[in-house]
Amino acid sequence: MRSYLEFERPIAELENKILELRQLDGDGDGQVDIEEEVQRLQSKAHQLLNETYGELSPWQKTQVARHPHRPHFTDYVEALIEAFTPLAGDRAFADDKAMIGGIGRLKGRSVMILGQEKGADTEGRVKHNFGMARPEGYRKAIRLIRLADRFGLPVVTLVDTPGAYPGVSAEERGQAEAIARSTEACLDVGVPIISCIVGEGGSGGAVALASGNKVLMLEHAIYSVIMPEGCASILWRSAEKAQEAADALKLTAGHLLELKVIDAIVPEPVGGAHRDRDRAISAVGAAIDAAIDDFAGQTADEIRRHRRDKFLEIGRVGLA
Amino acid sequence: MNWLTNFVRPKIRALVRRKEVPDKLWIKCSDCGQMLHHKAVAEANFVCPECDHHMRLGARDRFKGLFDDGVFAELAVPAVPADPLKFRDSKRYVDRLKDTRAKTGQDDAVVVGRGRMGGHAAVVACQTFEFLGGSMGMAAGEAVIAAARAAIEDDAALIVVTAAGGARMQEGILSLMQMPRTTIAVQMAREAGLPYIVVLTDPTTGGVTASYAMLGDITIAEPGALIGFAGPRVIESTIREQLPDGFQRAEYLLEHGMIDMVVHRHELRETLVRIVGLLRNRDTRMSEVPDIEAADPEPVLPEPEIVEDDAVAVEAIPVESDVEAPDPEDDTVVEVTATDEGEAVDPPEAEPDDIEVPVAVEPVSGDETEVEVEPEAVVDEETPPVDPELEIPEPVAEDGAPKRPDA
Ligand SMILES: [Zn+2]
Repeated sequence: MRSYLEFERPIAELENKILELRQLDGDGDGQVDIEEEVQRLQSKAHQLLNETYGELSPWQKTQVARHPHRPHFTDYVEALIEAFTPLAGDRAFADDKAMIGGIGRLKGRSVMILGQEKGADTEGRVKHNFGMARPEGYRKAIRLIRLADRFGLPVVTLVDTPGAYPGVSAEERGQAEAIARSTEACLDVGVPIISCIVGEGGSGGAVALASGNKVLMLEHAIYSVIMPEGCASILWRSAEKAQEAADALKLTAGHLLELKVIDAIVPEPVGGAHRDRDRAISAVGAAIDAAIDDFAGQTADEIRRHRRDKFLEIGRVGLA
Repeated sequence: MNWLTNFVRPKIRALVRRKEVPDKLWIKCSDCGQMLHHKAVAEANFVCPECDHHMRLGARDRFKGLFDDGVFAELAVPAVPADPLKFRDSKRYVDRLKDTRAKTGQDDAVVVGRGRMGGHAAVVACQTFEFLGGSMGMAAGEAVIAAARAAIEDDAALIVVTAAGGARMQEGILSLMQMPRTTIAVQMAREAGLPYIVVLTDPTTGGVTASYAMLGDITIAEPGALIGFAGPRVIESTIREQLPDGFQRAEYLLEHGMIDMVVHRHELRETLVRIVGLLRNRDTRMSEVPDIEAADPEPVLPEPEIVEDDAVAVEAIPVESDVEAPDPEDDTVVEVTATDEGEAVDPPEAEPDDIEVPVAVEPVSGDETEVEVEPEAVVDEETPPVDPELEIPEPVAEDGAPKRPDA
């Protein structure tokens, strides 16, 4: 069983036709003309997938970025990190399951890895609060980033959140302050911080983890000051104008690379990361590993200055 | 004709408007509903004489009440690319900007003033809510960075007075990038050993709160100010219940340990002068005049910025809401499976537009109509067309005694 997005309907129809034929064939005696037909349909489906994903609109990318089968934080850690040792809690209030982090080895090298986890099914989504962290989540992040700094471990952040959680208790405990301090911690430390936007990069809740030396982004991920629906509700006064808002916000990896907000795009398998999770995950792992290599031999001051200069330059160069 | 309509007429209109400003203006207090003389309200630093409500005010009015003798120099802020995303909703962003500049007489939401407070060198970056909801875009971020640099140059206290709905959506990701960028500004001031003091005013929400507004060495809020990350309506629609009384108000934050103090606007200058004195002039036993000692008696004040706005008119736009909460069951995905009979099941209708987005969409605050009279008229009376020559302040060293703004 495969999940299809609305715009993938023609692909879904072709692929179901293939399934149908296969089933017919299984029941019958292996007629040659069915095999030919299957191959013809398969190449047609593949071509269609290629075409569709070659020119996804910003709104379609938004849907791909939110695809429930897209690899999430836990999937990346399982596949990429050896000896992963999760570390819990903010030492003040709670352990936020929307924000996961810990130490482990990426290709033999000790790293601190942290990020939002959205959850894989309904139960998981509730447990992880859909990847919307509360103040204790950001305070846990701060704690882990500073811990990594003390031991000279590179920090890897995987960003995937619709935004920080908007709720009474979150406000009460200082959501804004927690986010501000998390951004500050990213900008403070003398170890390289490599961030990758793997799904949704939702506003302040994302930038709190993504103020890194290198910011990578999966090809169909999105990163925005506000999610298209929210923007449409405010500026167009209708959430139904989300497509227009998605276009206007320039939230795709291509646009953000042009604006020099991100440093590199990690290509996704044809049909999106959810079609070939292993390949997507290993591409992210390789890109992060290479990015860490770039800082080999640099002093803490150099690393700090690199990050600061990079952010100060954003918007000053390359814009008409 | 087109050229005349588009470029000349707005200017003419602006001039005419200025001339038409009547002598007596009335302001209706959004809290108690009293009609008040504009002059009396301005003299009271835009605090309602009837009910003590702290009204919103523009950067230049704010500076008059903060700097010694109301004297300050406006800092030139490096230019930023205008409308980097070529953003257009119901209106083109460039047009919104133009109108807002015309209405407020400001280049953007943050204006930076440089001068002295109680004799101490001070750089104040002040956000004007009237300018597109005070929103933080590239220009505002650049202004905060410039303020930090100026503070370092002057060895001055850095003070930021916030008022914003959040980031400026029309600059997309580049406005979000002002969160780390302004954080760097705060770090630079901190590394230089300068006090960084934040004054939170009504309203301060979104990306502004979640960056420089919450990084102060000392954090002050004005009474009744709405301060938070998510706007109250966003939260209300997320949790689907009534919010507690006084939620996200200055006093609520004080009670929850999020800020140092709530200070009446009439006490604000005195409080800031005292704090800066305590932090910077650490031992008064050594000096005759306590709080001036640390200050350079002859500060080099910058060339004032030339405000070249032909511009003139303000339209408050709604403020961004930051976050959406997805429905657990709603993946906007259709599942397609082949049945045993080999029949394809049509994907059910699931329009992506059907996603339930419980996001509040309204402006952050309830008192959108603070000023019932023509707002531009109010601005005009208080802020005459800026003549840069008039803004060059004479640096004055005071006797160090805290001075009330209305004194
Ligand atoms: Zn009143």
